[in-house]
Amino acid sequence: MSLGYVLRRLFSAVPLLLGISVILFSIIHLAPGGPLDMYTENPAVSKEALAQIAAAYGLDQPVPVQYVLWLKSMLVGDWGYSIRTGRPVLTEIVLRLGPTLELGGLALLISLAIAVPLGIISAARRGSKLDSSLTLASFAGISIPVFWLALLLQLLFSVQLGWLPSAGYKSIGGGDFMDRLSHIVMPAAVLSLATVASWSRFIRSGMIDVLNQDYIRTAYAKGRSERGVVILHALRNAMIPAVTVIAVDFATVISGAVITETVFAWPGIGRLFMESMDGRDYPMLMGLMMMGSLGIIMANIIADLAYAALDPRIRYG
Amino acid sequence: MAALAPPLLEIRDLVTEFRTESGIVRAVKGVDLTVEAGQTVAVVGESGSGKSVTSLSVMRLIPPAIGGIASGQVLFRGRDRQVRDLALEPEHAMRKVRGNEIAMIFQEPMTSLNPTQKVGHQIAEVALLHQGLTRAQAWKRAVEMLALVEIPEPARRADIYPHQMSGGMRQRVMIAMALACNPALLIADEPTTALDVTVQLQILELMRRLQREIGMGILFITHNLGVVAEIADTVAVMYGGRIVERATVEDLFDRPSHPYTRGLLASMPTVDRAARAAGTVARLKAIPGSVVDPRNPPSGCDFNPRCAWAIDACRAAVPPMFDVGNGHGARCIRWSELDG
Ligand SMILES: Nc1ncnc2c1ncn2[C@@H]1O[C@H](COP(=O)(O)OP(=O)(O)O)[C@@H](O)[C@H]1O
Ligand SMILES: [Mg+2]
Repeated sequence: MSLGYVLRRLFSAVPLLLGISVILFSIIHLAPGGPLDMYTENPAVSKEALAQIAAAYGLDQPVPVQYVLWLKSMLVGDWGYSIRTGRPVLTEIVLRLGPTLELGGLALLISLAIAVPLGIISAARRGSKLDSSLTLASFAGISIPVFWLALLLQLLFSVQLGWLPSAGYKSIGGGDFMDRLSHIVMPAAVLSLATVASWSRFIRSGMIDVLNQDYIRTAYAKGRSERGVVILHALRNAMIPAVTVIAVDFATVISGAVITETVFAWPGIGRLFMESMDGRDYPMLMGLMMMGSLGIIMANIIADLAYAALDPRIRYG
Repeated sequence: MAALAPPLLEIRDLVTEFRTESGIVRAVKGVDLTVEAGQTVAVVGESGSGKSVTSLSVMRLIPPAIGGIASGQVLFRGRDRQVRDLALEPEHAMRKVRGNEIAMIFQEPMTSLNPTQKVGHQIAEVALLHQGLTRAQAWKRAVEMLALVEIPEPARRADIYPHQMSGGMRQRVMIAMALACNPALLIADEPTTALDVTVQLQILELMRRLQREIGMGILFITHNLGVVAEIADTVAVMYGGRIVERATVEDLFDRPSHPYTRGLLASMPTVDRAARAAGTVARLKAIPGSVVDPRNPPSGCDFNPRCAWAIDACRAAVPPMFDVGNGHGARCIRWSELDG
């Protein structure tokens, strides 16, 4: 495992990103409407002014030409300007990245902290009442729609009980740790639900697989207790297949963030995506989606690194 | 004095059962077996005859959720010279016995080691668990053990992972792990079955040497009578969950007194050079029929459906163990007629 390997992996992602960008660009322009729709019915904006704006953003060009223009500037590090706000795309994204990383990071920690013990207990007591209840609960967790759960929680904890703020990043004038914590718990819980459910299933099946291996019997024959066997011998081996799933689920977390951030008015890139979608803000959407694709590719590289760290039989040259 | 000491291990009328969806499966049906300190007892029989279940019962390694000892005693004389019935010991007490006073090695060296831990770590673990050593001392012990099992460059080998070793090397690691706490009893469940013939002989040679040096008793499980001749003092032939014949090695090869044992001997590859040269080695007479299905055992003698000597009386009752002389026992009502 070397830095060279990581660089090579990143480099090999370039053609992938190019392909993705072509597809994304086409899909965005296939969607009906355009960024200037909000002005077309406005009597204060003349036809000439509209044409001028369109020309300024290159929107009067055919789509392939627009793509080439976008790609050319992208290659020199220019992500373009948001049509909605007029500010540089990269600046907007960076501004909104912080809250999303906070939310996603917390959701990830919650997911691991709950899914790993649940998966282990389910596997160690497979077939028990506890195991079947957890199985049922995780199916429920996977099937509950994110927005529905979000609304339900808001109704309970904000409207009925009044314990937590229903939305937002922090209170106006507030912003100390407790204030921010009270704002983040609900969206983080909602965002982690689906991953807790699916990861605990994966850790359970990985664990059951490992617990049937010969080396587990060897560990018992050494005089280890069940707890010692599970934690010292089974867990690491069971996490190896789970790592891949966790990385693949990164895409699920990203799409979950779009809904969660919108429902909870969380000022992150998920909500920025929804806003840009509404305004058909092409440069912004392209920037966000390229960022998302890069994130998923990075998650896969990190998964490979984690894989090699967990399994000494794997060596990447 | 020595003659008065109780045996190291004395299994009495052991019955082990599994709970399965199709009902209770009795895999071991009343086994008696004695291992004296420093002695090697081989248990031999076709696969499915209950050898592994017997050894796992002694170690109490069958998960309670699927089965366990139903009756009988497993009397073990510990380091404190006290005899305890392991069948009745609580789990926490068994944890102090396993890997410490009784150690076990398994058939599959390729899968019996944890693939994500260094071999030195896996050996040191036993010493850490039972001997209260520090990590550094336990690692040192692991390297010593690797040297003891004749692994070259033990300090370097301790620091690698199982997948970087051959099968024979891994079985040496298993032996090192098993002997790290100087157990009084070593249970070896087909330790050479998965290995090449030359490696098999090396491992057997190693076990013989270690037994001379350390003096542990060995319960050696195998389906190969050739291996029995190499290593054992006494033999118990197992079939359908019962011991059907027991004798010293010489006596068993000299006058096999159960048709099953005779069948096993006939299916043994001849080591005779003349036979090998004549090309007759390959033609082995496998015993016709298949082993007992414990869910559906025959009435009477377990072997009667496959036995050329079987008569009606064989189907009527399970034969007792007959003394055929010299402490040699056979569970066959026609033992005296077999040569006739
Ligand atoms: N986990 C289990 N569940 C049910 N039956 C089992 C189980 N393990 C072993 N048995 C039964 O015990 C019999 C003896 O198995 P075993 O001791 O492994 O034979 P071997 O002599 O080859 O070591 C098998 O034929 C099988 O029917
Ligand atoms: Mg076996």
